[in-house]
Amino acid sequence: MKLEDFELGGTQLKASDFKTGKVLTTEWKPDLKYAWDNGVAIGRYLAEFKEGRIIARVCHKCDRIMLPPRMFCELCFRPTDEWMYVKDTGVINTFSIAKVNWDASRRGPKEPPLLPAVIEIDGASEGMGIMHMLGEADPKDFKIGMKVKAVWKKPEDRTGAITDILYFKPVAAGTEDKNKGRPEGRGKEVR
Amino acid sequence: MGMRKVAIVGAGITKFVRRAQETGKELSWQASKMALESCDLTLDDIDMVTLGTAPDAFDGVHMKGEYLADGAGAIGKPYMRHYVGGGTGVFSPIHGWFHVASGMADICLVVAEEKMSSCHPHPQGAFLTIFDHTTEQPLMPTLIWIFALEMHRYMETYGISKADIAQVSVKNKRNAMDHPSAQVAGNITVEDVLSSETLCWPVNRLDISPASDGAAAIVIASERVARRLTDKPVWIDGIGHSIDTAYWATRDLSYPRYVETAARMAYDMAGIKEPDKEIHIAEPYDPFDYKELHHMEGLMLCPRGKAAQLTADGITARDGNMPICPSGGALGVGNPIAATGLMKIIEIFLQLRGEAGKRQVPGNPRCGLAQAWGDLMQMGTVVVMRS
Ligand SMILES: [Zn+2]
Repeated sequence: MKLEDFELGGTQLKASDFKTGKVLTTEWKPDLKYAWDNGVAIGRYLAEFKEGRIIARVCHKCDRIMLPPRMFCELCFRPTDEWMYVKDTGVINTFSIAKVNWDASRRGPKEPPLLPAVIEIDGASEGMGIMHMLGEADPKDFKIGMKVKAVWKKPEDRTGAITDILYFKPVAAGTEDKNKGRPEGRGKEVR
Repeated sequence: MGMRKVAIVGAGITKFVRRAQETGKELSWQASKMALESCDLTLDDIDMVTLGTAPDAFDGVHMKGEYLADGAGAIGKPYMRHYVGGGTGVFSPIHGWFHVASGMADICLVVAEEKMSSCHPHPQGAFLTIFDHTTEQPLMPTLIWIFALEMHRYMETYGISKADIAQVSVKNKRNAMDHPSAQVAGNITVEDVLSSETLCWPVNRLDISPASDGAAAIVIASERVARRLTDKPVWIDGIGHSIDTAYWATRDLSYPRYVETAARMAYDMAGIKEPDKEIHIAEPYDPFDYKELHHMEGLMLCPRGKAAQLTADGITARDGNMPICPSGGALGVGNPIAATGLMKIIEIFLQLRGEAGKRQVPGNPRCGLAQAWGDLMQMGTVVVMRS
């Protein structure tokens, strides 16, 4: 068989077909609302955000300090063992300079680009990144491998949400944490 | 492993278009009918039907499998729908293979459909809901963000430039000029890609495949039936699929480990020891240009970080030593997600039969591979085929 020997289906509609009314349209705009349960691990994670802290969960079998925290280890398939605070600093694993919004609409000419990033959090196991935003510096000044620190909302404005951190900003030169190694940079253990 | 041999014996496809007049059911019917005609079968000959289609949110119909069943020829038959994000279309023949290899069916119709245009203002909006609802959605992410994040990390790890990557888009859009289903084929330059609109640096408009409507279908059969139906069965000799965690930000973004895991499963089954020598032709998933390179490396068709060089050297061109995406891929033919994966399977089917027309690669390829990937950069699907 050859594709070329068949009359293929699929008829392209043109924008003009809609403008001229050749194609009639009807619209549905769903207005669904959800109230999600966060479970124990993410519930505590977000409650700690309200306090301006980041908390991880540790599995003693594989020795991972995990972000986001989870009550079971998906690799060992057993319960995780303890809570552990990690730092609110980290290293940029990667980032983008985004000129589109979530629905692919374009940012306006006066709107700054969004700077989504993966940030590996200090104190968590190597490679344990979270997605968050960068800010407070020119997009061109950010580099992969750069040390950054969370900028929190004012305590009274926090709601226990991932957005209680506004963004991560570059750590000013000279104030960098010298304990770069991650496992030994473990935070204080809590119950 | 006690499984029966399975072959592809027929194929059908629609044009890929930005917005089709046809409904999803009608597109499915067009592709299915063509697949049956291509091997002189009727629906009565079909024992079972499988269907692949991606998020229900595109259509706003929250039971797409059931909704599309009429168009897929499934009424009154055993029928199953599968969905693994962008990996769906290459999972489709795997799903059909289960039925035939196990002995449950002798002939299975495998259909893949996507109609993305129903979702407004843009189907990208539907992807917001694949992210974690409390730890990620409040940041209002798009899929383009995380592709940009992955592409940046890939570039940084291996010292690859945007121009190196843009060559993939140039090659695939040019290859697609010979594909009768193509939506965005064209003769463009690296400079065109680099100067197209920056969406999420480092991703520009022409680094990305389009949103599309379209459908594809194949007929697969057990060895005994396949030999009766055609002189040129194309054997599904290896299947592989593997999933990684949805905690995507905790992974090495420079290397698709889940693709390697899926590839190893398929290669073991097909008895492939040296994929770079034994695979003559491949259709890795290329929704973004860097993904073709990323996936070639995950498929172990070249060492890590070296796929861009193979592209620059013309090795992956249609007349090169290892043609990659001779169809024109998602970047050129278009990307109706589930249908794209099956389009890639169909391209390898036609290439191995020497029936790819102007797209035919020289040298009588005997072994080919199609691969797709999906969800939160975590699902790998691989099929190895031989003539
Ligand atoms: Zn563990």
